[in-house]
Amino acid sequence: MADKVWVFIDQFNGEAHASAWEVVGAGKELAGMLGGGVTAVVAGSGVKGVADEAFHYGVSEVLLADDASLADFRAEPYASLVSSLAKEHQPEAILFPTTSRGRELAAMVAVDLNTGVMPDAMALEVKDGTVVVTRPVYAGKLITKAMSSAKPALVTVRVRGFTAPEPDASRSGKLTPVSPALNEDAIPTKVAGYTTSGGGVSLNDAGAIVSGGRGISNNPALTPPGGMDEKQAEIWRAQEGFKLIGELASALGAAVGASRAAVDAGYIPYEHQVGQTGKVVSPNLYIACGISGAIQHQAGMRTSKVIVAINKDPEAPIFKLARFGVVGDLFTVVPALTDEFRKRLGK
Amino acid sequence: MKIVVCVKQVPDSAAKVVVENGQVTWGDAPLVINPWDEYAVETALRAVETHGGDVTVVSVGGENAKEALKHALAMGCQTAILVSDPKLSGADSLLTSKVLAAAIQKIGGVELAFFGRQAIDGDVGVTAAQTARVLGWPAFTLVSTIANLDPGAGTIKVERSIEEGRQIVEGKLPAVVSVVKDIAEPRYPSFMGIRKASRAEIPQWSLADLGLTVSGPVVTWPEITNPPKREIVTELITGGSPQEIAASLVDKILEEKVL
Repeated sequence: MADKVWVFIDQFNGEAHASAWEVVGAGKELAGMLGGGVTAVVAGSGVKGVADEAFHYGVSEVLLADDASLADFRAEPYASLVSSLAKEHQPEAILFPTTSRGRELAAMVAVDLNTGVMPDAMALEVKDGTVVVTRPVYAGKLITKAMSSAKPALVTVRVRGFTAPEPDASRSGKLTPVSPALNEDAIPTKVAGYTTSGGGVSLNDAGAIVSGGRGISNNPALTPPGGMDEKQAEIWRAQEGFKLIGELASALGAAVGASRAAVDAGYIPYEHQVGQTGKVVSPNLYIACGISGAIQHQAGMRTSKVIVAINKDPEAPIFKLARFGVVGDLFTVVPALTDEFRKRLGK
Repeated sequence: MKIVVCVKQVPDSAAKVVVENGQVTWGDAPLVINPWDEYAVETALRAVETHGGDVTVVSVGGENAKEALKHALAMGCQTAILVSDPKLSGADSLLTSKVLAAAIQKIGGVELAFFGRQAIDGDVGVTAAQTARVLGWPAFTLVSTIANLDPGAGTIKVERSIEEGRQIVEGKLPAVVSVVKDIAEPRYPSFMGIRKASRAEIPQWSLADLGLTVSGPVVTWPEITNPPKREIVTELITGGSPQEIAASLVDKILEEKVL
């Protein structure tokens, strides 16, 4: 008999996503309130290893769907699988990570089970038998409690919002093989392949982020190559600026972020944008370089643990959020910071 | 091609949204079309510019949602429909997606329904996938590129933005597509477009018009608050050469044990 609390283990190419075990941590917290253990759903092709790992992190049972049709994540067959298992076993809650896969899957399962989905949970509690989720809205400008009158409660757990349990390789549990719910013929899409975006650390997973703003194109010490018009020269300067950001990021093992102003000006691709219309992030360390700190940027990074601001304007609103501030020239401070971190971190 | 775009009216991203006396307020900041949805409108317009056809923009909301619809009309959409009903106040994503699916079916013959990736107010981000599920259509979410669209063959191939990079997926129409900002730069409404939109009569559909009976939202927000104030004491690192500033800053960051 499966548990009241289920977690969906997000994996890509047979490797669990970094947040998967945080979701197990959240599941154990919830199981502490609802009773019982945590059952994991593992789906994919050749993913027995992920199931074993789930036991190491403390789940009591794994429902394992190992089938070629599940090799690539596609929402339709994954949703049909999770929905049919949930109809059979009636869990109280299913937790997913707030990844592209977790969110889409929870969305579709909610339709199948006619229940509520509550994304991006920062905290979980149980009131009168109902799961209550604390989640940010308006990109974290406000916080709301959310609950679903129907069951199971479908919750996506904020990445880096919960702590993963300590793994113990000696642990095991009940492995229950299950069949996919859809045949390949019944799946409406085909995955033709993948392209990876430029490498580097992704913003979603990053423990540290170094971001650049509009100010990144203002280095007076640079002379652009001849033959460029004004806009080209500005972009060239900005890209030189982002090289400095990238070097600091690589010294820290950090991801590179940017403000909307920098993205809109064409300095850096959109996938780097932090803010209300970009990514909402919450790393341990956020270093803002040449970012003034517009409300829409603040909404995307204000919950970072330690914020460092480097800006030549002492009045920049970003300093109000910053634990440490440097009023100065980012083009000299950032390279000095890179050298110093390299020295101290031995990289 | 017959294309639908679903849009929402939201407070501007520059708005200072706060809770006052238990009510969410954003002062005199304007309500605007959800910024992500402008990318969906742009994508839809480009599709009909290439393949022919027309774009209908649909919103679920109150009277004020007409402004978002008018913005989409001014950008070039041919038709707008507002779905409005007292029973939809406080609608959650599940209810909204059932309503949108019913509207798409009532419009009839729709081959593609576009959405922005999420609305910047509720940040739930599931309506596109849920609408697809209700319709029984494939969902292509977080699409950054439409690699191929062939209305004749009834096929679509897209690149989706996922954590590990981009996933290339193909499938059959009709389909639901949600887009991210990479997809295309939204056009500004033209002067003529704005004039046309301002005069447009926007039909309003009720739940009865859609043949839907609903039992209210499943998800409720019993308590909404301002985020806890963070007591931040900003320590300014001043004086000395960049090297000295860097050394002192690195000391302090390492002391915080965040690396």
